Amino acid sequence: MSKKKFEILESRCVPLPLENVDTDQIIPARFLSATTREGFGENLFRDWRYDKTGNKNTDFVLNNPTYSGEVLVAGKNFGSGSSREHAVWAITDYGFRVVVSSFFADIFRNNSLNNGLLPVIVPEKYLKNLLALIKKDPSTMVKIDLGKQEFSVMPDGEPIKFEINAYKKECLMKGLDDIDYLLSIKDVIIDYENSRN
Amino acid sequence: MSKQTLFDKIWDSHVVRSIEEGPDVLYIDRHFIHEVTSPQAFAGLRKRGIKVFRPEQTLATADHNIPTKDQDKPIKDEKSRIQVEQLAKNTAEFGINYFGLNHPNNGIVHVVGPELGYTLPGSTIVCGDSHTSTHGAFGAVAFGIGTSEVEMVLSTQCILQPKPKKMRINVNGALGKGVTAKDVILYIISQLSTGGATGYFVEYAGTTFKAMSMEERMTVCNMSIEMGARGGLIAPDETTFEYLKTIPAISGRADLPQLIGKWEKLKTDDGAEFDREISFDASKIKPMITYGTNPGMGMAINDTIPEVDDINPDTSASFLKSLDYMGFTPGEKLEGHTVDYVFLGSCTNGRIEDFRAFAKLVKGRKKASNITALLVPGSKLVEKQAREEGLDKILEAAGFELRQPGCSSCLAMNEDKIPAGKYAVATSNRNFEGRQGPGARTLLASPLTAAAAAITGKITDPRKFL
Repeated sequence: MSKKKFEILESRCVPLPLENVDTDQIIPARFLSATTREGFGENLFRDWRYDKTGNKNTDFVLNNPTYSGEVLVAGKNFGSGSSREHAVWAITDYGFRVVVSSFFADIFRNNSLNNGLLPVIVPEKYLKNLLALIKKDPSTMVKIDLGKQEFSVMPDGEPIKFEINAYKKECLMKGLDDIDYLLSIKDVIIDYENSRN
Repeated sequence: MSKQTLFDKIWDSHVVRSIEEGPDVLYIDRHFIHEVTSPQAFAGLRKRGIKVFRPEQTLATADHNIPTKDQDKPIKDEKSRIQVEQLAKNTAEFGINYFGLNHPNNGIVHVVGPELGYTLPGSTIVCGDSHTSTHGAFGAVAFGIGTSEVEMVLSTQCILQPKPKKMRINVNGALGKGVTAKDVILYIISQLSTGGATGYFVEYAGTTFKAMSMEERMTVCNMSIEMGARGGLIAPDETTFEYLKTIPAISGRADLPQLIGKWEKLKTDDGAEFDREISFDASKIKPMITYGTNPGMGMAINDTIPEVDDINPDTSASFLKSLDYMGFTPGEKLEGHTVDYVFLGSCTNGRIEDFRAFAKLVKGRKKASNITALLVPGSKLVEKQAREEGLDKILEAAGFELRQPGCSSCLAMNEDKIPAGKYAVATSNRNFEGRQGPGARTLLASPLTAAAAAITGKITDPRKFL
């Protein structure tokens, strides 16, 4: 099944300068009872976004109209904890296409790549400066060029390289699906099974 | 031949194909599924019009989203009921073995797998749950995956996975009185931090782990993910084989001697290299408790919370936010602090040894009047054994009741929620904000520390009762 392609994105950013943001914060467990992938965006960061009575916390960044965009910039170790892919579905359903951090939890990173959400890893110092820049000027635009594996602050910031393995990069750029690939090598899998018996 | 780690041996022997500059195609021996992270994967299979490739290698149980009382009655919450019914429907349609509510083998997926003999040394095991690392206690490469990957395993019995780096954590020496496996892993996580092992697969080695029972080893491996590790494993030994021999599904196997012969070879070669190696001294470890909102924020129970000056300036904002949520201040001593709830259970500490330890400490004593206790066995078999051993009677005499199995208050998807602002000493694995219910304040600790809190109503060093 083909997926949405990712090539180049230019966008403003939403800053979340907290560390160790775990997937329970991204989407609390009480919203995991759904049996489809849709609609999780409305509960993204639910307990930070809304107070106990269900009113918006005006000091939380998603409720601050100053900030907008398809790029979430977060503190280090983003997506730790539970393996729930619902966290990625909530982030993409809300409208983000890129998350920038100095490092990501492993399962979250895999889940992101499997859903067309690009995790961009930048050095810790660069992240700190980027967060300061966005705070100072919320209209700051950034450019993510997946083909070149470059992240830059527009219009003239020095591009910084980011890592992604060649296979996943091709999948994202062409909208390819891992399961199609695995199904295409089923003979190889069966040969492997036979070789073990 | 080059020297290999145990992890390399298991991983490499399961690689069907390596993609150039990409992940490995890894073959999965055993796949566990539950109601919360599988429905979208089955929907994917239907959309593609394909069947489950090897249904006999997948096992399903309902655990995350179920009540722990009145399990014989329909689930009250409609969405939860539909989700559990969906799992029953999906497993029936695709030919997968399912232990639903009230089945004698029902329970938390990471308790059920090992106790029924589905978890074997040398195998690859995945589940849409990050605590799949539990199964590493048997010398298996076991780790949590997302729902897209659940769909990969259902459709091809393989996943695409980059090979993690390798870390060995050595702990040597005897543990002090009242210091448990839970304290050992909470100590390790507090030293490495909540993201300190991200990108690594851990092997636990040394005399401290060697001396542990299988259930204790499961507690350790279970929390590997809480320092970011992909998984954690312990080389199988006599303890492992003896445990496996008590399981009917394994003891009856005609090829058991050959299997054990194979399993005995599962160890890291002398001189094999790890990307990172760390050692700790068991005698330094005390009963632990967490004070913050990630499992790395832990300390000895009689210690004080760090001062802001002790914290890296870059992380002080997160540190203070966390303490503010917990209602604590830097430098505060927690011993003697009032507790409202005690939770004994979860895939970390919901096994029979945990219930024995808790019951032994509360025996002849009474639950404190300010404590609401949730005692939730990890499985139907654990519940049955607890009753057979008379633990239920000891607990009842002390003012406690045994509930029915499930994940319960560990993630509070069901009604076992801790109210906002209340403090819970929990034997589970995560103290994240809202983990046990919106606004709930979780203090992670061992079953002994939970028992001590349950009878005093306060954070209490369990060694006072031993």
